[in-house]
Amino acid sequence: MKKRKERIDRGIKVRSEDIFALSSYREMIYLLMPRAIPVVGLLGIAPFLSPYWQEVFISTSIYALLAISWDLLISAGLVSLGQSLFYGIGSYIAGALNHYCGWSPLFTIPVATVMGGVLCTVLLLPVLRLRGIYFAMVMLVLPLMLSRLVEATRILGGTEGLPGLTPFPNQLIALYVIQLALLATLFGFRRLMASDYGLVLKGINDNDRSVMSAGLNIYLYKTQVLFIGASVGSFAGAFGTHIDMFAGMPGFALDYALLPVAAAVVGGMGTFAGPMLGAFILVPLSEILRALGALRIVFYGLFLVVFIVGLPEGIFPYVQRKYHQLERWVELE
Amino acid sequence: MNQPIPLLKVSGLTKSFGGVIAVSNVSFELKEGELLGIIGPNGSGKTTLVNLVTGFVKPTSGKVEYNNKDITGWAPYKIVSMGIARTFQMVRPFYQLPAYKNMIVPLYSPRVKKLAGGKYGDRDAVALDLLEEVGFERDSHVAYKVAGSLPQGYLKRLELAKAMALRPDLIILDELFSGLSLAEVASIVPIIEKLRFQGITIIMIEHRLKELFRIADRILVLNYGEKIADGPGEEVMESESVKKAYLGSETD
Amino acid sequence: MLLGTLIYGFINSCILALLALGFNLTFGISGVANFAYGAIYIFSGFLTWITMNSIGLPYLLSVFISILCAALIGLLIYYIVILRVKGLALSEVMATFGLGIAIMELFRYFDFVGFKYTLPVFFDGSIGFGEVYVDYQRLFIALIAVALTLFLYFFTRHSKIGLAFRAIAQDERTALTFGIDSDRIGALSMAFGAALAAIAAIVILPLGTIAVEGGYEVLINALAVCIVGGLGSTVGILVASVLIGYAQTFTANYLEPHWMMLVSLIAIAVVLTIKPSGLFSRQKELEERI
Repeated sequence: MKKRKERIDRGIKVRSEDIFALSSYREMIYLLMPRAIPVVGLLGIAPFLSPYWQEVFISTSIYALLAISWDLLISAGLVSLGQSLFYGIGSYIAGALNHYCGWSPLFTIPVATVMGGVLCTVLLLPVLRLRGIYFAMVMLVLPLMLSRLVEATRILGGTEGLPGLTPFPNQLIALYVIQLALLATLFGFRRLMASDYGLVLKGINDNDRSVMSAGLNIYLYKTQVLFIGASVGSFAGAFGTHIDMFAGMPGFALDYALLPVAAAVVGGMGTFAGPMLGAFILVPLSEILRALGALRIVFYGLFLVVFIVGLPEGIFPYVQRKYHQLERWVELE
Repeated sequence: MNQPIPLLKVSGLTKSFGGVIAVSNVSFELKEGELLGIIGPNGSGKTTLVNLVTGFVKPTSGKVEYNNKDITGWAPYKIVSMGIARTFQMVRPFYQLPAYKNMIVPLYSPRVKKLAGGKYGDRDAVALDLLEEVGFERDSHVAYKVAGSLPQGYLKRLELAKAMALRPDLIILDELFSGLSLAEVASIVPIIEKLRFQGITIIMIEHRLKELFRIADRILVLNYGEKIADGPGEEVMESESVKKAYLGSETD
Repeated sequence: MLLGTLIYGFINSCILALLALGFNLTFGISGVANFAYGAIYIFSGFLTWITMNSIGLPYLLSVFISILCAALIGLLIYYIVILRVKGLALSEVMATFGLGIAIMELFRYFDFVGFKYTLPVFFDGSIGFGEVYVDYQRLFIALIAVALTLFLYFFTRHSKIGLAFRAIAQDERTALTFGIDSDRIGALSMAFGAALAAIAAIVILPLGTIAVEGGYEVLINALAVCIVGGLGSTVGILVASVLIGYAQTFTANYLEPHWMMLVSLIAIAVVLTIKPSGLFSRQKELEERI
């Protein structure tokens, strides 16, 4: 007797999604719960964490932002193997403004966000016409080469970097700022992709020629997406550089390129919540395994391979499916 | 108001791919409201000709004029905004999206916005209307199904609906009928006739000669990238060179 | 000075070509961009060192073992990872990228860092061309690069596997209908690419020390050459190697060695702006790229 798995939407999902007049608290809770978990989970836990774990959560949130930005780019078919480019450029802009001009983080971070977005977009403009792995190759090469540029020209402190940047006055405030930014990005991006604009982006990923023949300039859309993604990445870099009180070549390091990809793949691409979940699994895990030192990167790399081969859909879509759908085995004739 | 200027004027269009000449010195004109059929054996450069006119491939030499404006080598999206829409021979839907969401992408284009007077309106409703027009039954679930799960017949209709969504003045149908059954072709022909009735100029590339000859005003025949005949259906079929191209000459 | 620059530029070009050949071979045939390429290069270097210094095997034997092991790793990567995500180009890239980093960083973890990790040269001594002295190893590299290029040329035109390689590269589906097993050929192309990386490592690494960073550098150089030359085109690879090789050597000699890496970056930027498909690329590819 052969069997096959059948998946059916739960009644409550159908009712609460299609019929807008919510009739019961149960349905409202059903809809609100998944959205409340990250909000309450992040903001509520923050004050109870030890300073050490607050630090870990800050760096996790930074990685989560990079991962979400990666996910936005992949939604439009742009594979970025160099999120470190955004991080590094954001950190250098914020660092330089603080180091040379003495601006406070209140100004350096927003300026670095916008300027970083513009700069990265301009840098990548010639490559934007390339698809798939060709774009990926250039993205991988760029940050590594930029760090060489800094080394060779000795600008921006050269190999020494820019030390002594202004820190945040209070760690808890810093944690709240980055968490709010993370939540805003998460829900903003999810909303964006659910809109018709998001449909066009998905269309570009699916079949760019068809989008062209629909009278849309795909390069314009790709440029816009790149700018948004790069801005978020630069924000993460600018924020991180003030946390570290240092801007330097490590901003272009491989960690910032590899971890966002690993987090997105582990959590589930194209969902934004997935990459965030992935970051919140991988970064704290690597903190626990800190004693292993360089093995941390080995472990990210292997995670990436195992998930791509073994569970390509990622954790979040799996959980989402369990929440929304019933599964049962049906016998085949 | 008899305009002497043709809607589309192609002159001396040539494209070679690294030595292989796909389209060679093709010229033709198209009047507003005309239905032109393009036929030719496999590999005679029909699809390349469409790609050249719609900007997907840049010509080696030659000129494409539309409404008396030189559009040679323009980007595809600009050509669409001028009012030329096309379908693809190999259907190109967005496989992961439901059929009616496929329609949102063309409906999102600047041309549609401009024609609607700056406002988009309810795109979902327009999408469903258009799908109904091409034969997606309104009360069935077909329009809500993911495009990847639709059969070929519906995908072709979807392709047509996507082109119609752009509200074009000239629509180029690249082998719309290929891979369809006789009954399906028979159900699509009235849709095309209706488009024509609305005054839309149409170019059809087809292998189904019988259906094409019934609705086309004029037939253009390509062979090895060259235009070998251009005129009313019966006239073209009488031409020696066309017979040779299709049946092979007996002296060979 | 000029003569020296010309000679060293040529050798540098040979090194670049040697690095890019393997990556290009795998991509050209099976369409797999093997981002673990740099890792295989470094792995072969360390393996040769280990078999020679820790186990005490003779040089030639350890070279043989390294090349064989590299090919084996290529096969394993193909059968265990690539085959399961075949056709999903992005998954292939990400999986090999992750795998490569895992391999390289594993060496760092086991403390393979320092100046003692060097490979012996094949031939000792040097030869003078006028005032310019070139060591035999560098000449040997040039020789190997030329020999491998010629070998690949004849191999793909006159051997059965080579012809199958070309068939798959041109049209996988048609090749399938003629009874060519594209999975087996894909795996072989991976193994060939990896073995080429190992050969490159064994002849090039004696010029310096074996370092984990070198793996990243190799990948970048190979990518740069392939992007500039046009992926999948052997002529493109050779021309791009000569261009970038000479440009690097001239910058190193007349400006500063630090600027060398930037030359590739500038070359990539210029080529992509003017001709996004690379200098020598086939029409089919142009469709896929833009």
